[in-house]
Amino acid sequence: MAVQTPSVQPPSQAPAAPGDQPARRRASGRLRLTAVRFSRNRMALFGLVMLVLLFLMAYVSPLFYKWDYTELDFTAFQKPPSGEHWFGTDQTGSDLFALTARGMQKSLVIGILTGLICTFVAAAVGAGAGYFGGWTDRSLMWVVDLLLVMPSFLIIAVLSPLFQGTTWLVFVVLLAAFSWMITGRVVRSMTLTLKDREFVKAAKYMGVPAPVIIFRHILPSMASMLIIDGTIQVGAAIIGETSLSYFGFGVQSPDVSLGTVIATGTPAAPSFPWLFYFPAGCLVLICLSIAFIGDGLRDALDPNSSGAKARAPRTAKSTSTEGRTS
Amino acid sequence: MGRYLLRRLINHVALVLIAASLTYFLAAISLNPRANFAGRNPPVAASSVTATLNDYNLNPDTPVVVRFAHWANGVAHGDLGRTVTGGEVNDEFARRVGVSTRLLLIATILGSIGGVLVGAWGAIRQYRTSDRVTTLASFFVLAMPVFVIAVTFKLWAIDINDAVGHKVIEYTGEYDPGLTGTGEILLSRLQHLLLPSLTLIVIQVALYSRYQRSTMLDVLGSDFLRTARAKGLSRRAALMKHGLRTAVLPVVPLLVYNVVLLFTGATFTEKIYGWHGMGEWLVNSISTNDVNAVAAVGMFTAFVVLIAGLLSDVLYAALDPRVRVR
Amino acid sequence: MSETPPALEVTDLHVSFPSEAGPVRAVRGVSFSVRPGEVLGIVGESGSGKSVSSLAVLGLLPETADIKGSVKLHGRELLELDDRDMTEIRGKDIAMVFQDPLSALTPVYSVGDQIVEALRIHQDLDKAQARKRAVELLDLVGIPDPARRAGAFPHEFSGGMRQRAMIAMAIANDPEVIIADEPTTALDVTIQAQILDVLKKAQEVTGAAIVMITHDLGVVAGFADRVQVMYAGRPVETGTVDDVYYRPRMPYTIGLLGSIPRLDDGGRHALTPIDGNPPSLVDLPAGCPFAARCPIATDLCRRVEPELTVREGGNHPTACHRSHELVAGGSLDPATIYPVPPLPKAPADSVPREDRTPVLEVDGLVKHFPLLYGAVVKRKVGEVRAVDGISFDIREGETLGLVGESGCGKTTTLLEILDLPSGQSGTVTVFGKDIRGLKGAERKALRRDLQVVFQDPMAALDPRMPVGDILGEPLKTHGWSRDRIAARVPELLGQVGLDPDHVDRFPAEFSGGQRQRISIARALALEPKLVVLDEPVSALDVSIQAGVLNLLDELKARMNLSYLFVAHDLSVVRHIADRIAVMYLGRIVELGSAEAVFGAPSHPYTQALLSAVPLPDPRKERERRRILLTGDLPSPADVPTGCRFRNRCPKFASLDESDRGRCREEDPAPTGLAGDHTAACHFAAAVTVV
Ligand code: SF4
Ligand code: SF4
Repeated sequence: MAVQTPSVQPPSQAPAAPGDQPARRRASGRLRLTAVRFSRNRMALFGLVMLVLLFLMAYVSPLFYKWDYTELDFTAFQKPPSGEHWFGTDQTGSDLFALTARGMQKSLVIGILTGLICTFVAAAVGAGAGYFGGWTDRSLMWVVDLLLVMPSFLIIAVLSPLFQGTTWLVFVVLLAAFSWMITGRVVRSMTLTLKDREFVKAAKYMGVPAPVIIFRHILPSMASMLIIDGTIQVGAAIIGETSLSYFGFGVQSPDVSLGTVIATGTPAAPSFPWLFYFPAGCLVLICLSIAFIGDGLRDALDPNSSGAKARAPRTAKSTSTEGRTS
Repeated sequence: MGRYLLRRLINHVALVLIAASLTYFLAAISLNPRANFAGRNPPVAASSVTATLNDYNLNPDTPVVVRFAHWANGVAHGDLGRTVTGGEVNDEFARRVGVSTRLLLIATILGSIGGVLVGAWGAIRQYRTSDRVTTLASFFVLAMPVFVIAVTFKLWAIDINDAVGHKVIEYTGEYDPGLTGTGEILLSRLQHLLLPSLTLIVIQVALYSRYQRSTMLDVLGSDFLRTARAKGLSRRAALMKHGLRTAVLPVVPLLVYNVVLLFTGATFTEKIYGWHGMGEWLVNSISTNDVNAVAAVGMFTAFVVLIAGLLSDVLYAALDPRVRVR
Repeated sequence: MSETPPALEVTDLHVSFPSEAGPVRAVRGVSFSVRPGEVLGIVGESGSGKSVSSLAVLGLLPETADIKGSVKLHGRELLELDDRDMTEIRGKDIAMVFQDPLSALTPVYSVGDQIVEALRIHQDLDKAQARKRAVELLDLVGIPDPARRAGAFPHEFSGGMRQRAMIAMAIANDPEVIIADEPTTALDVTIQAQILDVLKKAQEVTGAAIVMITHDLGVVAGFADRVQVMYAGRPVETGTVDDVYYRPRMPYTIGLLGSIPRLDDGGRHALTPIDGNPPSLVDLPAGCPFAARCPIATDLCRRVEPELTVREGGNHPTACHRSHELVAGGSLDPATIYPVPPLPKAPADSVPREDRTPVLEVDGLVKHFPLLYGAVVKRKVGEVRAVDGISFDIREGETLGLVGESGCGKTTTLLEILDLPSGQSGTVTVFGKDIRGLKGAERKALRRDLQVVFQDPMAALDPRMPVGDILGEPLKTHGWSRDRIAARVPELLGQVGLDPDHVDRFPAEFSGGQRQRISIARALALEPKLVVLDEPVSALDVSIQAGVLNLLDELKARMNLSYLFVAHDLSVVRHIADRIAVMYLGRIVELGSAEAVFGAPSHPYTQALLSAVPLPDPRKERERRRILLTGDLPSPADVPTGCRFRNRCPKFASLDESDRGRCREEDPAPTGLAGDHTAACHFAAAVTVV
């Protein structure tokens, strides 16, 4: 008796026509399909273009921009934006555009590093807990539960005096240490499902050792989810970083991040609004672009994920709200 | 059902006790109250500093375990210890706890209900204009750190006040101290509540709605919804009666994590709108190396998490018969 | 009967969905009608459009679907109605029973409430009246203690009970038409028999017309008055059951009937598979959609798609250019258009069983799981006796079919053997070695000789690996050099009837049947002696299934393999197994050669199981008397005392009190009947049921 699932929804990919495509087309075919799906999402495309521009602003513009972020213009204190100072100046005569670009460099690096570390930790812990089960699982999940109920802001803030004067990399590690848990859980539950999938069982009964199974079969199966989640984590890390730096618990001088730039500008903002709006605007644009890209990637890599049923015209859909530090 | 809740209660209490203790340890290790006395003019004798610190159970040279034991003993008897300036932590705690609780309560209730409604509505109207607008709006909100939203609201309030010519929107403090008369004070409190609550609510709505939208979309394709419609329920009735309740279930546990985020958010709104709540206290205490005050805030957040955890369990059990059985 | 106007009349229905690859034309011109009191069976394999048409009738397809044609209920056109007007009809005039009763009921409302809701949508009843009526309905569909059970939630019901509740809901408003979409597919055979019985009763009570959608030609044979066979979104043959089953005129129907493994066709012989796969519904080739698989296709077939018409010489409508040649006395004989492959002879067949070496011996195997309770601190509150002392052996070149319904412990048995654990009690001996004493290297060596093929060919292959790597994985794990692997892989593909050049294709590029062949090739890579087959064909469509079964038979003969074939489908097992073990609630209740177990089933459970299997033969089905079991399988955590089958045993009911006492108190041990045929029943007696 064939157990079949009559599909009401039409298959969302082309019914896998067995047969005649030449083998070469495949690898590039999948990539192309992903690109096509991604580019059909207008918000994702916008995000990508925006992010590229912001990267250029952070890393390329200082090369030719007239002012360095350490320079002070004694002829211009708290001047509104002009051709001379694109984003205006602050009370000491620093050029806000240069400062913002500099701050973005740090914020972007912190975000990307944190996203990477956090995804790595989540994958390792989640897959380990899910695959081995038993005590490994229970203790790891207990740690996850604990970390989830401790406000990460509070902990990092309390610890900030400890890394004052050391490198900002410590800060990255701390940020990552408090943002992998939800992803870790998702990885774990996916591992649990995959563990029961027959191709994993088949490998097990062939005699393939557990670590090899995890790296050969389990983690690659969730690669798309990890990529999407990693992207979203970058955004979350940038928000976390700027929030902590805003109170002086994050990046410390002489380093400059978007958070510190915004914090410096805020008190004078009621009278000199550009001091707040420009850096904050850049921050929001970065996070927004990343969120759009993450969303587009989800549509492109994981078209059957929740809610993304085959619908030809679509622009927006579920994003994860995971891992916001602030 | 009672058994289930009891089990969950034990689980939460254990987690919360450990979280609160951990906060104390971290604060005791990281913060150095002795530094407060350095550079005093006239300089204070080292011996008298030590004596004072010992008196307050704040001496960093006392082994941290001993300090913890002392503190924990006090907490068990309802005494949260002394601040760095010698005041009773209990008094300050009592002064501030209501301020934060009010904010958290309003934002949780309005934010979760609003978010669920917005998310469900968006899912039902997937890809229509209203869905796109809410989706885009939530993307924007989630791309902004709390402080950016709070400061932006404040700047807008100032602009509006300037435009109108007098103060229509309040943005500092909890009420106008110059007022008499209960009615006026109450009105003034409400006016002052507007912006801080709005900041937090907007974020909570965005968080819940994203999640609710995707769980609702999952339910939209479910077999039981099809059965409900095959019975003769209209699409709308089927969604409201069968869809919403099932789709809310996975969102309920989110309450706990969102409350943690909410506390962090409250820290920013309190600082920015000049409210003297627990969050502001945390930030101030870290800069004044006030170990016991930080630990008290840790206790508070742990307690909030405990309440949220219980609330979400009760809600879950009320909504889902499956967990009631055992 | 022909006088009465049809209750439901569907004419030229077309449904298509947009997809990335272009429109999916799921239904292309379906027409049928049912009169009150009539049962129409719509039969087709997955993707034939049968379910989509039924949802189109109810207006439950997603908005993206493009629907054309006409659906008339008592002459009233339904496709023109808007959703509001349709709600008046849905559940009142047309009711539906869905396939999976677990997901089809809302988990958070009690079963009673859901029936009450169905009643109150269309009838003016107050709560108490509706409640009373709901309980009556539950009673009608055979739910014991209905007043109390009405308060239960779907997850507290067994699959069979849920489906009963669904039927209760469907007949709540006395509908004119009941559409049942694969109502028994998710259920075990004995439960399926119960549910079909309930459906019959429901029809008698309501006098409704029933449209029964299924992939199983057996289910409708005795149930339906007329059948319509669908292929690639269109009906290809329609007529009375007798016409279609005994005088099929369309090659697809003929092939389908020939490829079904049947319980009643005496002994083993090769099935006639239909080669190839159903076409993609996105870009259908011109001409007859079946042409690529049809053994008698002509040029005309490849150019012009045949219409469903009554053709010269025919007596019921078919969509085939050559059906006039397939009539009795025509130039083609339906029985011979498909080539019947020969049944291969295994070398071991000539050696008597006693003289062959055992490859697997299981003796007194027990697997109990503790029933845990508690989140933080787990404590044991009971024991799930999943496998409760079973013994059997498999000799060289032999296939043992281990059959039983879900929850009987067959999967646990299989995992116990595959996991090579240090079992709880009892011994498992593989190739003469007790697995308990095995250490690392020996275990690995044993894995080489013991391979497995899983049920779901979709899930059994890592979708990210090309076929070459998939087949190479066991070889690599067991230390083969790269060159040897590269030489071995194409050879394996050839062995299972796939193109050896396809080594760098991905699983997604193969059809279900082909993927199962890859799974089999992987299992054979290391030239094992024993292959464990876990429901290897149950996820495949019938027309594909036959080919895989034939392949397994052929490989066994050629490579002198032994199989442990675990399945729930007795007809499939009939075609492949030399010996049969029937499991019930953790025990083997009957064990013997296939001839003995099928020919002279002696345990009351085996008898009931066999009698519940539907035959694709309308006449036999109508004459057969089913042994219906009462109730559901008890939980293995709560096994009855004495004979574990006694609370459902039909024989028990007919015994006198002293004999009943024996069943209640004494756990029956397997007792020998003729030869090595054993049955675990105090009153075992052979009965012919097929
Ligand atoms: S029309 Fe031709 S190809 Fe189609 S079933 Fe008939 S004979 Fe075969
Ligand atoms: S022992 Fe008794 S109850 Fe058990 S199967 Fe035989 S007759 Fe039935």
